[in-house]
Amino acid sequence: MYSQGLIGADSSTTESEEFLKAFQARVDREEKIEPNDPMPEGYRRTLVRQIGQHAHSEIVGMLPEGNWITRAPSLRRKIALLAKVQDEGGHGLYLYSAAETLGVSREQMTEELLSGKAKYSSIFNYPTPTWADIGAIGWLVDGAAIMNQIPLCRCSYGPYARAMIRVCKEESFHQRQGYEIMMTLAKGSEEQKEMAQDALNRWWWPSLMMFGPSDSESTNSDQSMMWKIKRFSNDELRQKFITATVPQAEYLGLTIPDPDLRWNEKTQAYDHGEIDWAEFKAVIKGDGQMNRDRLRARNKAWDEGAWVREAALAHARKRADMKPIAQEAAE
Amino acid sequence: MTDKHDLTPLWEVFIRPRNGLHHRHVGSLHAADSALALQSARDVYTRRGEGNSIWVVRSSDIAASDPSFAEPNFEPADDKIYRHPTFYDIPDEVGHM
Repeated sequence: MYSQGLIGADSSTTESEEFLKAFQARVDREEKIEPNDPMPEGYRRTLVRQIGQHAHSEIVGMLPEGNWITRAPSLRRKIALLAKVQDEGGHGLYLYSAAETLGVSREQMTEELLSGKAKYSSIFNYPTPTWADIGAIGWLVDGAAIMNQIPLCRCSYGPYARAMIRVCKEESFHQRQGYEIMMTLAKGSEEQKEMAQDALNRWWWPSLMMFGPSDSESTNSDQSMMWKIKRFSNDELRQKFITATVPQAEYLGLTIPDPDLRWNEKTQAYDHGEIDWAEFKAVIKGDGQMNRDRLRARNKAWDEGAWVREAALAHARKRADMKPIAQEAAE
Repeated sequence: MTDKHDLTPLWEVFIRPRNGLHHRHVGSLHAADSALALQSARDVYTRRGEGNSIWVVRSSDIAASDPSFAEPNFEPADDKIYRHPTFYDIPDEVGHM
């Protein structure tokens, strides 16, 4: 699924002018930066933070959807949802691995998530009270995620770019899965159609917030663009998403909950209403509807899995003591 | 709270897409031992028929060349054009060689 536009990173860096210029020249030549290459501390810090937030988002992102696995309306829906949630878990792992190449440990990142120190995408702090929410998440949230992640496949940092390529490849079914659910509901009974509209009403604005603060407010954007960590600004991506999504809503016969939304012939894009940035900030700060619940669920899973991790390590140590080198059949 | 002894080791994962091809590096993961590493590699890296064989190797067992020596290590190869077939002039009459 996806990361927010980076939340609050410090890209300041103290290297010599000459070092920074040489690094920028490499980036400008579209050379990928690999783990042990020299890089500015600000570049490393920005990436650790962004990839970490992205990984946490994938992991926490399993919770709102996991909520519906046991109650999916048919076996077909259930296996698709299971596969999707399993993918999100896998995506989290690819991303943690990419962050680890920058010298941060998995344990450290996990601790930061569990303690509430690390951020993750604001979108996962909204509840999923109805089945239509699963459709809306696939359609809108994964749709917004894909919009954001496709340019990240060309990120200047090699391991992040490679992880994103895998993620994008796997994620292409997620959005279709969600839209199909919305389609079924929108073409169903009056009550089902209302359910679909209600989900769209609740997910539309939070989905737009996924792209992060508007360009005039986004302090780290310029440096990230210079270093080619990101390729498009938050507002550019948000605009692309709106332009792609409005016709999809029209096809469903649903109404986007924005009275100010209209096609602008001159810019060839949709003008849209003001986003409630106060809500966005509150959710990021921890005051969304589900923030506490999400952290509680992650902590519970971590604590209840402790004995498994300890047993696996104890078993590995015991075997290593018995047999100095484990022989693996490498064909 | 986590001392070195308790860290779950990191493994590099290599997958062979099908017989006749090399195993290729696809990523890494944490696991307590090789059996669990293989199991996790199967779950994390082969959900869509990516391969028919997996290798895992502890990341700490990999020796890597130093990127700061990339130039002295690899640049000398650039000027040894006599290692390539196009360096040698063979008349067309000789035919394909």
